[in-house]
Amino acid sequence: MKKAPAFIAIIITAFLLIYAAEEFPEWADPNQPASLHVSPRYIEKTVEETAVPNMVTSVLADYRGYDTMFETSVIFTAGIVVMMLLRRPKKW
Amino acid sequence: MVREFEDVIIQTLCRFLVPFIQLYSLYVFAHGHSSPGGGFQGGCVMAAAFVLIFIAYDLNEAKRRFGEKALLIFCCLGVFIYAGTGWACLLLGSNFLDYGFLSKVLPTDPVKARYYGMAMIELGVQIAVMAVMVSIFLDLVTRGEHEEILEEKGA
Repeated sequence: MKKAPAFIAIIITAFLLIYAAEEFPEWADPNQPASLHVSPRYIEKTVEETAVPNMVTSVLADYRGYDTMFETSVIFTAGIVVMMLLRRPKKW
Repeated sequence: MVREFEDVIIQTLCRFLVPFIQLYSLYVFAHGHSSPGGGFQGGCVMAAAFVLIFIAYDLNEAKRRFGEKALLIFCCLGVFIYAGTGWACLLLGSNFLDYGFLSKVLPTDPVKARYYGMAMIELGVQIAVMAVMVSIFLDLVTRGEHEEILEEKGA
């Protein structure tokens, strides 16, 4: 019976999340906030601002460059942590 | 593989395949600007080439070609290139990662400078992802005990 409180907590959290998701815009809704000004801005200005024909790259590396930098840092941290946890060298 | 393993067909085939995989990885990286691809994908493909060497040969050969020290240096170098590009923009008087100001040092206009700035950070991502993938693979597959396995083989 130790699992009962956890189970109840999970059910309550699930209900809260579903309740919150009701407020989300419809999937592929053209009038959702992100489609009204963010996406058109990127679509229209990518080539003239960055000279990159691929919008995904310009968003990933330029408009959201800060995000990508810490994605790289996360990968770097993962590699270092795996090495710290698993590696048992005789000598370096 | 980890244990003793020798097969002429597989090893010869892998020797032929590895350069093409690496070339394809560079293609994926370089064409990230105009087609699907970029640093993350190119780095993973490049890491796959080293994993293939490891599978076809053994731990000793893989470590001879891409040692642990080199792996660590490349991990750090990738992140350093990325952050260094950001800091270069900062030092040239702009915001962090605002590549337009790189035109002060690159012989291009600000719009093209953004293009080359992106290529630079993608290079950093490629190097970091490649080194981290190979490093994680080697550590997981040998359970972190490279030396014991090498001793077991008498190498």
